[in-house]
Amino acid sequence: MTDPIIKFDKVVKRFDTLTVIDELDFEVGQGEKVTIIGPSGSGKSTVLRILMTLEPIQEGVVYVDGDMLWHEKANGGVKPAGEAHLRRMREKMGMVFQQFNLFPHMTVRRNLTEAPVKVLGMSKAEARERAEELLDMVGLADQADKFPHQLSGGQQQRVGIARALAMRPKIMLFDEPTSALDPELVGEVLSVIRRLAEEHDLTMLLVTHEMQFARQVSDRVCFFDRGKIKEQGTPEEIFGNPKEERTRAFLKAVLEGE
Amino acid sequence: MALAWGTCDGHTLMHWTEYFGPLMQGAWVTIELTVYSTILGAILSFAAGIGKTSHNPVLKGISVVYIEVFRGTSLLVQLFWLYFALPLIGDAVGIDLRLPPVVAGVLALSLNIGAYGAEVVRGAIQAVSKDQYEAAKACNFTPRQTLFSVVLPQAIPEMMPPFGNLAIQNLKDTALVSLISLGDLAFRAEQLRNFTQDSTTIYTMVLFMYFGMALVLTAIMKLLERNVGRWRAVRR
Ligand SMILES: Nc1ncnc2c1ncn2[C@@H]1O[C@H](COP(=O)(O)OP(=O)(O)OP(=O)(O)O)[C@@H](O)[C@H]1O
Ligand SMILES: [Mg+2]
Repeated sequence: MTDPIIKFDKVVKRFDTLTVIDELDFEVGQGEKVTIIGPSGSGKSTVLRILMTLEPIQEGVVYVDGDMLWHEKANGGVKPAGEAHLRRMREKMGMVFQQFNLFPHMTVRRNLTEAPVKVLGMSKAEARERAEELLDMVGLADQADKFPHQLSGGQQQRVGIARALAMRPKIMLFDEPTSALDPELVGEVLSVIRRLAEEHDLTMLLVTHEMQFARQVSDRVCFFDRGKIKEQGTPEEIFGNPKEERTRAFLKAVLEGE
Repeated sequence: MALAWGTCDGHTLMHWTEYFGPLMQGAWVTIELTVYSTILGAILSFAAGIGKTSHNPVLKGISVVYIEVFRGTSLLVQLFWLYFALPLIGDAVGIDLRLPPVVAGVLALSLNIGAYGAEVVRGAIQAVSKDQYEAAKACNFTPRQTLFSVVLPQAIPEMMPPFGNLAIQNLKDTALVSLISLGDLAFRAEQLRNFTQDSTTIYTMVLFMYFGMALVLTAIMKLLERNVGRWRAVRR
């Protein structure tokens, strides 16, 4: 197997005295689709937020695409990453938020072109062309001139996915992309993500409570509990024959709720 | 003529309609003062308001000191200080710091309004949700791009109503500059009153003129507000 594109090495994340990520070791291979499941508060979002550089870590090392994420080399040793290093690392990743977090004052098209033009230095024409392609891909080609609040939640989240893809990331992070949606809108978002997983060699890291979906799209499922991976394996292993008592209890509770 | 009695109380030096000339002259000065100081004040508001949210300790320090000093002292004192005290300091160190009354007036008004406006700007910036900052980070915007592309466009519409109030406040505050003998509306009114003793007519006219200007200013601010917040008005 090639080197992992994401690697957590004994990573610790604390909020004051509360340890949220506890000496986590975690690897994701190039192009691998990994879903993270687990009870509320187990640190699932925090793993994604650490990767997107929204939350710093206290101990350990995170590697992304061969480089340290939160550290950089400095004459022989390592030092905490500066803003320039973090910006270089962020280029590799895109994130889809639970609450969409679209820019409300921009049209859908502008949401997709603003960062490519300003950050990547893409020409306006190219960025617009690319935005059309992406909107087409998420089935919203006719909504380009609307503002986010004029769209349904499902449509907004599809724009959110397109916005992240517009930056051409190698890694896509999804934090419960359908949790804020009315049940009848979940399907349209999941099918976009499923297509993305099937047709692209993107590395995908997905936090979700949609077990059926996790089963279908993932190469590997990780069950998180109290800031650690309690159990991981193929969807068949985790859903079909979980070894840990905690995993079984969690799955039982979730599946009963559905 | 409803106001005609004012001209027949023994001081029939001027007919009331003749008040219009000097009062309009004064009103024009008041308008100029308001416009200049509101614009300069808005610039100061953004500079200090953004400065106060900055992570740079120097920028932040300067902004905080400016805001606190100018909110913590009265406009009158600031005006007198700029007009009377500053030249003396200049004398002492050998530079000419005498300001023409208009400059002193505009400066004092803008510095004062800018300090209040800065708090409005800071508040509006900080009211933009954390989610938006995170989305901006995920899109890899620099802090400066985040401010100008994401934060300010959302914050500015929020600033408009309080800015409107400050502009009206500013218009009313211009009357203070008559105390450094600037020929604004209040100054002209006082001149006329000294000359004719016709307080009632003159101050009634002045009242309506200030009120008229305030109405126009309010309308302008409403227009601006609608313009910068257009994206919010679009509904499904
Ligand atoms: N900014 C913060 N300050 C303090 N504690 C925090 C903060 N963010 C998260 N936490 C805590 O960290 C723990 C893990 O949070 P995290 O959001 O990663 O959980 P999660 O597994 O995503 O849960 P959920 O399924 O509810 O989204 C929780 O106990 C949470 O209360
Ligand atoms: Mg979460």
